[in-house]
Amino acid sequence: MNNDRIDQIIDKHQGEASSLIQVLLEIQSENHWLPKDALRRVGEKLQVPLSRIQHIATFYKAFSLVPKGRHEVHVCMGTACHVRGAERVLDKVQDLTGIKPGETDLDLKFSLETVNCLGCCALGPVMEIDGKTHGKLSRAETEDVLKSYD
Amino acid sequence: MNEILLQIDGKEVRAREGMTVLEAAQSAGISIPTLCYHEKLVPFGGCRLCIVEAEGHGWIRLVVSCVYTVEENLAVRTRSEKVDRIRKTLLELLLAHAPNSPQLQDLAQEYGADKDRFEKEASFCIHCGLCVRYCAEVKKLNAVGFVDRGIKKEISFIPEIASKECHNCMECFPLCPTSWLQAAFVFTEALAFSGPSSGTPSNE
Ligand code: SF4
Ligand code: FES
Ligand code: FES
Repeated sequence: MNNDRIDQIIDKHQGEASSLIQVLLEIQSENHWLPKDALRRVGEKLQVPLSRIQHIATFYKAFSLVPKGRHEVHVCMGTACHVRGAERVLDKVQDLTGIKPGETDLDLKFSLETVNCLGCCALGPVMEIDGKTHGKLSRAETEDVLKSYD
Repeated sequence: MNEILLQIDGKEVRAREGMTVLEAAQSAGISIPTLCYHEKLVPFGGCRLCIVEAEGHGWIRLVVSCVYTVEENLAVRTRSEKVDRIRKTLLELLLAHAPNSPQLQDLAQEYGADKDRFEKEASFCIHCGLCVRYCAEVKKLNAVGFVDRGIKKEISFIPEIASKECHNCMECFPLCPTSWLQAAFVFTEALAFSGPSSGTPSNE
């Protein structure tokens, strides 16, 4: 992500230091992670010390300081999904992507995380990819869903 | 500025409006234990060790004296069975993280805290924030900050700033109640930038 794009995002928020989190969220969603140069740029423009930005960027799970894949896979391990076979879904995802929760594959295609209840237990076991919910997954369906992303 | 009259440990104390109970006590020569308080810094209220019992009109409460401002006719007890018990437990919890801190050991002796009560989880830093706040508020350098949260929270130096500023300052080192700050600095220095040999000011 280049500085011009970062500046645009900052300008959209009138360069207010109070918009820091909003600015970081936008960079995160566009770029999938927060590179150090981006944080430095944001700090200079908003007049917020880097130490503070770093605290915020590590405080919220929505931010990542390491590269993330193009697609964010969240497998629900909540109680309801657990009894409906979340473990099988997770196994399948791990098999197909070769990554464990918290990791990103080398092609930067998928990042995998587990979550505890996505709030739609009746659909369990549930997996969310880029905010889209896939429910009642069998192993085969899990595979089909994953393969539909490129 | 209005003057406020209150009682601390039975003694009449005159304080300025807006003063904290801790400051009022100190001005009257009454000591309250603290860990995260520093006179040059904005009150933080992080360690809770300075907790005291305060009695107002028909109520008694535990308040954190370094952030609680004085009120007319407040009756403060800086020690009581309850206060001592709380301080003892807090110290025992902190000692699980930093068992060798001389400051904690002294307080532990005073309050009968057992340093082995809780399983050791040596993270050394007790999150008092003195280093982070001193660097930000007094020195305005922001060379060190917190990262992460909860039990994973830790301090982290910003190498670009630390490599330029810290050798000429190091004013935060003696503030740390444990030796973690110094260790973390040496660590960062070794990993991220090579400083001049011990103590000589950087000629950056
Ligand atoms: S390193 Fe020391 S001074 Fe800094 S927050 Fe931790 S305990 Fe406090
Ligand atoms: S437990 Fe998975 S959605 Fe609630
Ligand atoms: S000194 Fe008051 S909370 Fe730490």
